Amino acid sequence: MKGAAYDLLGVTRVYDGRRVLSVRELAVQEGEILAVVGPNGSGKSTLLRLLNFLEPCSAGEITYFGRRIEYPPPLDLRREVTMVFQRPILINGTVRDNLAYPLRLRSLQNRDRVEGLLAQFGLERLASASARKLSVGEYQRVALARALAAFPRVLLLDEPTANLDPYSVALIEGIVQSVRAAGRTTQVLVTHNVFQAKRLADRVVMLLEGDVIEAGNTRHFFDDPRDPRTAAFVRGEMVY
Amino acid sequence: MTFWQSLIDAARLLLTGYPELWRVIGLTMQVTGSALAISAVVGIPVGAAIALSRFPGRHLLVTVLYTGMGLPPVVVGLAVYLFLSRRGPLGGLDWLFTPPAMIVAQAIIAFPLVAGLTIAGLEGVDPDLRLQLRSLGASQAQVVRALLVEARGGVLAALLAGFGGIISEVGAAMLVGGNIAGQTRVLSTAIVLETRQGEFALAVAMGGVLLGLAFGVNALLLGLERRPNWRTGR
Ligand SMILES: Nc1ncnc2c1ncn2[C@@H]1O[C@H](COP(=O)(O)OP(=O)(O)O)[C@@H](O)[C@H]1O
Ligand SMILES: [Mg+2]
Repeated sequence: MKGAAYDLLGVTRVYDGRRVLSVRELAVQEGEILAVVGPNGSGKSTLLRLLNFLEPCSAGEITYFGRRIEYPPPLDLRREVTMVFQRPILINGTVRDNLAYPLRLRSLQNRDRVEGLLAQFGLERLASASARKLSVGEYQRVALARALAAFPRVLLLDEPTANLDPYSVALIEGIVQSVRAAGRTTQVLVTHNVFQAKRLADRVVMLLEGDVIEAGNTRHFFDDPRDPRTAAFVRGEMVY
Repeated sequence: MTFWQSLIDAARLLLTGYPELWRVIGLTMQVTGSALAISAVVGIPVGAAIALSRFPGRHLLVTVLYTGMGLPPVVVGLAVYLFLSRRGPLGGLDWLFTPPAMIVAQAIIAFPLVAGLTIAGLEGVDPDLRLQLRSLGASQAQVVRALLVEARGGVLAALLAGFGGIISEVGAAMLVGGNIAGQTRVLSTAIVLETRQGEFALAVAMGGVLLGLAFGVNALLLGLERRPNWRTGR
């Protein structure tokens, strides 16, 4: 039986005196896909930065695989978690350089892994292309491949398919599902797309103005939401 | 002596390998190379530290550095002279009129150029990249290294500006070096001397060498940057 990857208790994040996130209680189960939905500015990206240990909470505590995390955590621990940012930035080099980068940081052998990722992501043809010259869809695929390169224990995805062509959306969703099936990586997926959450997630949480207003397994979330605002969101009536 | 005659004589001097000329070229490379190396070793980390951190007085410091980029070399020479002169605070070193004194002066002239342009280069890198590098597992040192690699064009410009600022500089080299034949005579000071003495062929030959050196170093560094798999080494 798997345990929790994360347990958040009373976690808040304050910027310039304004509280943008306030999570009374939230667990992420090991190996699951947790979708985080909610309108712009509801604190989704902020939540991911906290889960990535990139900034400290203003209050509350985060337990990660049973370990209470003080900020900043040791490097080894931070290296278990990677994120595809909402607006990813590739390093100025080739596609191959980008995929090798997380492995190089960890002094890991990278040849076979990089070639494998290129194939898995349909990027072989672009291996030596400059990252600056990619299309939006290709760029996003490289960003996801790069985040997966060093076999993260937790993968955080911030709207990974927003504004992408259908081919790239399908490819990325397929990869997320295969990572889920392999069972070694926990995923937290921020998405604007109700249908994507429904297709991919085991559980869904809804954020509104920094508060978790609904959390439940996916079927429950969509078929029988408790909060009327969740119901509106599920019916696609939520205005962003 | 005509202009063309001095050009022809200059070519002959270069081709026949006039030994004094080669000694001057060697010393120029040695002094300027050492000074540039020192200003790089100090200036790039200092520039990176300033560019990547926020602290009170930072803006003032950047303004001072940028002002330093236009520092008149002869003023630096004067200051170094006073420090190294027999009664100066560092007079005991006995460095005045030796290559180390010239290296110190040139390193000081190049430092603000290197540090300042390193800052400018790093400020051109997308600020969000830092967080993303950390998310990919970079330590603090690895983040700084990766950002410098991102800003490599700017760092290179910094080095070239530093180099350009000192190889052809006369004032400080003359003041603290003294233009002593075989000891502290470099291309720039030699050109001044030979021109004054009417040795136009030699002066022109040295001018040509100076230009050639500057061009060669620029071409080399720019070529290095354009190498396709620049970053594959660690
Ligand atoms: N570094 C920051 N400094 C100040 N305010 C921030 C910062 N990051 C996010 N915010 C604010 O926090 C709120 C939540 O932002 P964010 O987490 O990006 O929301 P979402 O990803 O759901 O759109 C927004 O109002 C945003 O302006
Ligand atoms: Mg966001």
